Amino acid sequence: MARSCETHLMVRFGRVGLAYPTPQGSPGRPALHDVSFALGEGSFTWLLGPSGAGKSSILRLMHAALRPSSGVVSVLGTDIGQAERGALPALRRKIGVVHQEFRLLGHISAWDNVALPLRLAGRAEGAIRQDVDEILDWLGLREKSARPPAELSGGEQQRIAIARAIITRPALLIADEPTSELDVFEARRLIALFGEMNRLGTAIVVATHSEDLPARHPARIITLAEGRIIDAP
Amino acid sequence: MRHEASGRGDPIGLRHALADRLLIALIAAMALLAALTVGLHQGVARLADRWQEGANAAVVVQIPNPTQARMDAALEVLRGLPEIREAQVVDPLRMAELLRPWLGDVTGLPLPGVIELRLADLGTDPVLIGDRVAEAVPGAVTEAHGIFVGRLAALARAFSSTTLAVLALVGFISAAVVIIAVRAGIAARRDAVMVLHMLGATDRDIAGRFALRAAWLAALGGALGIAAALAVFWAAMLFARPFLPDLGWQVLPWPGLAAIPLLAMLIAWGAARASILVWLRRLP
Repeated sequence: MARSCETHLMVRFGRVGLAYPTPQGSPGRPALHDVSFALGEGSFTWLLGPSGAGKSSILRLMHAALRPSSGVVSVLGTDIGQAERGALPALRRKIGVVHQEFRLLGHISAWDNVALPLRLAGRAEGAIRQDVDEILDWLGLREKSARPPAELSGGEQQRIAIARAIITRPALLIADEPTSELDVFEARRLIALFGEMNRLGTAIVVATHSEDLPARHPARIITLAEGRIIDAP
Repeated sequence: MRHEASGRGDPIGLRHALADRLLIALIAAMALLAALTVGLHQGVARLADRWQEGANAAVVVQIPNPTQARMDAALEVLRGLPEIREAQVVDPLRMAELLRPWLGDVTGLPLPGVIELRLADLGTDPVLIGDRVAEAVPGAVTEAHGIFVGRLAALARAFSSTTLAVLALVGFISAAVVIIAVRAGIAARRDAVMVLHMLGATDRDIAGRFALRAAWLAALGGALGIAAALAVFWAAMLFARPFLPDLGWQVLPWPGLAAIPLLAMLIAWGAARASILVWLRRLP
């Protein structure tokens, strides 16, 4: 059964360890060691560190795409390690995720990609249309919404991925290296967009290896190296 | 929106991922086999029933020294029995013709009179009838020579039962075909499935999309298979009509044939759903 945790915290990691299983099924090399931190409502957090530091593993744990090998991961009041499998889809629907490689569905339009989370949540088509059009207007992509993702630029695809992540108005948005495929202009625009969403109340966690981004948008920084937190004010 | 319809109905892209033509063709072949087996099952079962009826009804009473008085007495007794529907004296000339291949000219031989019976109740014991006739006509013998025909009927029924095993095998192969197709579909659309899983789709939702698609393709294949089977039955009827003038569409096992596409749908739906659910269990 899912264990209820502190409601004022969006995310809580308590002495979390993670080891990816080997192909034979036994625990492999640890990816996270004794990671502990907490994120409050409406917070903005940078996860900073080089490749392999454990940033993506932390985000995957937050999104219930993995379960911890040890310790406690609590997200939106659900203990990820203890929650029943059937409870996780509902939790995932409350969290927006933006990936480095966008992960859009190429055989449907940008509009349909954005509408997907609402359809999975069972929303009526009439209500979906208004919400999707509105968010695409906000992101300046209404004109191109009928195109498949492959016909859009990298920045436009990333904005579609963001629109898909926030269309359900999630309380928590996590982004894994969201600017790595973008040029400088698009990257700045994206971070400004995250800042705007954060001002509207969404807690945001962005993993990046770039120190420029936290410098442009000052916020709490959790620095990782080799699966450990080395600096977390 | 240009892509809205496909996004609403098919976010995984199963229209392209599940090899529709191949799956339809394979299910159509399975449905054709199933339809022919159902037809064979019904035909053999009817033949067995007919043979069984003949075996039960073919009872003969032999009257030694067949004077007119003894024959009349035997017929009177037999026609008075409620268990007997019909009692007919076999024409001595016809008897002579029947015996000619074995005995040659039988005009001088003291042949018994023969009365052929049709029973009203197939469960009647022929021995009891023989006893009643022998009371009125001493020396009368009753013979139920349907044992051999009865064995033939039993053999036909056994064969008819094996057709059910063939149907089960066809169903099993159909399920295996669907599972292989679904696994290929998962491999082709793994990324899309993972995206839906990431966005909070439940296993039932994802499995339901695969199952619906597989069921739809199986229904199409099943319908095509039945159409092909009807063509085969039509050709068979053309060949058989000179020997069986009453043969027509009415003899086909229509309920069984109609059930085949429905069963194909159910098998495909169940196999696809189970297959994708097992695969999804690997994900957290």
